[in-house]
Amino acid sequence: MARSVWKGPFVDGYLLKKAEKSRSSGRNEIIKIWSRRSTILPQFVGLTFGVYNGHKFLPVLVTENMVGHKFGEFAPTRVFQGHSAADKSAKRAEA
Amino acid sequence: MARIAGVNIPTNKRVVIALSYIFGIGMTRAREICSKLGIPDAKRVSQLSDEEVLHIRETIDRDYRVEGDLRREVAMNIKRLMDLGCYRGLRHRKGLPVRGQRTHTNARTRKGKARPVAGKKIATKK
Repeated sequence: MARSVWKGPFVDGYLLKKAEKSRSSGRNEIIKIWSRRSTILPQFVGLTFGVYNGHKFLPVLVTENMVGHKFGEFAPTRVFQGHSAADKSAKRAEA
Repeated sequence: MARIAGVNIPTNKRVVIALSYIFGIGMTRAREICSKLGIPDAKRVSQLSDEEVLHIRETIDRDYRVEGDLRREVAMNIKRLMDLGCYRGLRHRKGLPVRGQRTHTNARTRKGKARPVAGKKIATKK
C-alpha cells in the first residue's frame, strides 16, 4: 500500500542539512550517505550522493527524473557474477 | 458491426462485455460507460442504434486512454525506469520479476521457459 499523502515524503532529517551545506559551499563533492530509505526530494537535484550499498559508496548524480524514488534504488546491494564455471565442470566430471 | 476505439469490433455480445474487449477498458469501466449513457445491461451490440454507438465512441475518446495510447504510456513508464538505472529498471532489463518475488524457483512468467543448465546431472531412475 502506498504511503499516506498527509505524512509527506520520508527523509532522514540530516540529509537536508548535508545537502544545504554542500549547496552553499563548493560544489561537486560527493555527499556520503547511509540513508538508503530516504526519498529523493526536488532540492537534491544536481547534487552527487555516495549511496552506501553495504560495501562502498556508489556515486549517484541526482536528476529530475529520480525525484520520488528512494536512494537505495540506485545502489544495488547484490552483485550477480553469473554461475561459476568450476561448478559446471565439477558436476560434469561426476556424471 | 460496431467499430469503437480503432480496431475493436465486438459483435452480438452484451455491450458491457463487448466494451471490455478494448485494451484499457475492463468490467468496471465498461459498466461505468453503460450507466453513464443509460444503456441497459441486457442490450447487445447489434441492437445499438448509430447514435448510441457514436455516444460510446465519444465518451471513450474523451474520458479514457485506450489501445495504442495506453500501450505507449505503459512502455514509456517502463523505459523511464530502465533509463534511470534504478533497481526496478534493472529488473526490467534483465527480464526478472520486478516486485521482489523469489527467483530461486518459479518466476517462469518473467523468465520464460526453463532452460537446461549445462553439465547438470539428470536424475536417473533405478
